[in-house]
Amino acid sequence: MAPEFVKVGKYNIDAKEYLAEGHTFCTGCGEALAIRLVCKALGENTIISMATGCDEVCSSPLPVTSWRLPWMHTLFENASAGVSGMEAGLKAMMRKGKVPERDIKFVAMGGDGGTSDIGLQSLSGALERGHDFLYVCWDNEAYMNTGIQRSSATPYGAATTTAPAGKLSMGQNTQKKNMVEICAAHDIPYVATACPSYPFDLMNKIKKGSEVKGPAYVHVLTPCPTGWRTPSNFTIEIGKLAVETGIFPLYEIENGHYRFTVTPNTLKPVEQYLKAQGRFRHLSPGEIAKIQKHVDEGYATLKAKMAAFPAA
Amino acid sequence: MAMKDFTNASDVCWQDVELGAVVTTPGSASVRRTGDWRTERPILDKEKCIKCGLCWLHCPDAAITPLDDGYFEPDLFHCKGCGICAAICPKKAITMLEEVEQ
Amino acid sequence: MSKRVVLEASHAVAEAVKMADVDLIAAYPITPQTHIPERLAEMVADGDLDAAYVPVESEHSAMSAVLGAAAVGARSFTTTAGQGLELMHEAVYVASSHRYPIVMAVCNRALSSPISIWCDHSDIMSCRDTSWIQVFCLNNQESFDMTIWAFRVAEDPDVMFPIMVNLDGFTLSHVTEPLELPDQADVDKYIPKYNYRLALKPEAPSSHGCFGLPEIYTEVKLAQEFALRASRPIIDKGWEEMSAMFGRSYKAIETYKGEGAKTLVVTMGSLGETAKMVVDQKREQGEAVGHLNIRLWRPFPFADFRDAVKGVETLVVLDRAISFGGPGGPVASELRSALYDVENKPKIVGFIGGLGGREIDAETFAYMIDRGNEIAKSGSDYLYEPILVRGLDTGTGVRG
Repeated sequence: MAPEFVKVGKYNIDAKEYLAEGHTFCTGCGEALAIRLVCKALGENTIISMATGCDEVCSSPLPVTSWRLPWMHTLFENASAGVSGMEAGLKAMMRKGKVPERDIKFVAMGGDGGTSDIGLQSLSGALERGHDFLYVCWDNEAYMNTGIQRSSATPYGAATTTAPAGKLSMGQNTQKKNMVEICAAHDIPYVATACPSYPFDLMNKIKKGSEVKGPAYVHVLTPCPTGWRTPSNFTIEIGKLAVETGIFPLYEIENGHYRFTVTPNTLKPVEQYLKAQGRFRHLSPGEIAKIQKHVDEGYATLKAKMAAFPAA
Repeated sequence: MAMKDFTNASDVCWQDVELGAVVTTPGSASVRRTGDWRTERPILDKEKCIKCGLCWLHCPDAAITPLDDGYFEPDLFHCKGCGICAAICPKKAITMLEEVEQ
Repeated sequence: MSKRVVLEASHAVAEAVKMADVDLIAAYPITPQTHIPERLAEMVADGDLDAAYVPVESEHSAMSAVLGAAAVGARSFTTTAGQGLELMHEAVYVASSHRYPIVMAVCNRALSSPISIWCDHSDIMSCRDTSWIQVFCLNNQESFDMTIWAFRVAEDPDVMFPIMVNLDGFTLSHVTEPLELPDQADVDKYIPKYNYRLALKPEAPSSHGCFGLPEIYTEVKLAQEFALRASRPIIDKGWEEMSAMFGRSYKAIETYKGEGAKTLVVTMGSLGETAKMVVDQKREQGEAVGHLNIRLWRPFPFADFRDAVKGVETLVVLDRAISFGGPGGPVASELRSALYDVENKPKIVGFIGGLGGREIDAETFAYMIDRGNEIAKSGSDYLYEPILVRGLDTGTGVRG
């Protein structure tokens, strides 16, 4: 008999596997773990609108599916537009008495490509229109599914196939697009960063985001052994290092008020994070110092925002 | 026959295809033996295990099964051998053993 | 009791959407379609139509939003024109592949570049292979009737394909004419309640839009193709029911004064009314001319068309789009193809005109018919003749 929940520490976690075992995500995939945990936090009264990407390709091979939740995938750039129609359409049907009223969580999901590049417009539109939905971004920092091509979420210095390290290039020469601030600028009630290396933090934020009335956005850093060139068993550790170095701080913005949810006492040097990944192996000490400086400045700015707009 | 009766793409005839090629059986992809992918398998030492559940929680493949007695068992049909469970276990109760050809 | 009203065609479409009790409208404004979403927004704002009105930020999102709405079983509608139809192009294919019964009104508009807000059929010609059911309207009554018909047919369990209802931009969409509106009770009888068997819901967690390996893609597409062709009986049934209920008859191929006609002038869309005027004139002069209206463009009504042209010597076809570098106007080349294996088939003389809003008047139609008859007798190696082109002598054709 399958248990209804599994006790992990003080938490009772939904035992149901909404992303079925037997999917084709890579060995040690951070995104697969994130999807698994996110769905447990959402529960069965959820309808998903998913963008093309690892998330969709590895989970839906005709004639079978890994999904144990109602799920729709159509195109790459429109997960947010799709969920807008789902939410508005079903709510209209409930209001008109065509279907019974009930609580359903409408969730759009997409990778960094489908979110910050090709999907940015439809995301912005859905946020601005105020649909009651949660958007979850799986950020593995490149178009991983099509073979590790750069995205606007690829961090400075990372090598990808379309911004490779070479004689004339040090890889990505732009800074990661700040999706969190972009979404917060839409004045939505809830924005957060998360990482499956901190599973309870992630699940709490998903629960919060899915329960808030109006649009919510959770940006999840999902380590990718294949694209980041890390060992498959290092996924949790590398996610922790991203947080512990200040490269990917874990925080929430609730109605414009900032709050760290994981606060490292002292930040580890970024070198620990960078040196552990093959995609950064070409970086010179000078480049690493540059990255350290940028992270320090970014973290300081974030702390200033925490101070200026503190959570209640 | 209907598409829901098939797990193999190459068995489906045009007449079997569901309206809009919608897949109506949730989780039907679990028939795939992703256990074939692995080169190492997790071995649990029950003496060291404190039943914390962290291995179950961190498995990207949902390939650790919670048992009634509170222990957790790797699902070798699906386990890809990533080794995250071994890395995350606070008691080092899981070791990864290299798969040898039978 | 039906009532006689005077409405702009765009507003007639909006009225039909309202009477069909749509659940969701998602549209992006683009000339010359704007009066449709504006009128619908007004209806929703005044409480005359209880529907979600989603003012999306692009046409791609408009089609994407109705995909989402359709997936959860909501009756949904969108509308666009020209560039908008192109922007949503990839999503258009998904609607039919997913077999969602979406209804879309298209106010046919010329494609850029140059940017043109005026009518031609280049936008809809890019959608020939999208697997949508496609019909053309000639006047305001048809604009209303086809929209109502579209919901009834699209949602039929033996169809489940999306439908494009085409109105010529400006020259039909912005025209005000009298029309008859049926009783709401009759519309409710005509359009059955919609219950989508595979609607996304927690109790039935299905997956829409899975990916297809080479091993299965072919079977999925052929299933779709066969189903589209098999939808024809319901397409006709929808019109038969409309005739019985509302007293107006429509067919896939409609001939006007086709009895004993030796020449048929063939059009799609509102120019058919001008053509019919010229047919009247020519008949008065004793010429055996008739008009053939292609109402149903997809799935193409091969049998009806071949039937309608039996014994006809010449088809004079007006295309309102160029298939650049191709075999002639899209309609003319499809008609040629439809008749290729038919013995004793009419000669097809193709004309391309009415591009980017250029008017085609009665005189031009008369010219085309006369010229068509002439070429049919003398023969020609033209693929088609472009009409009313400054710099091109009248009667000059384009060769392959």
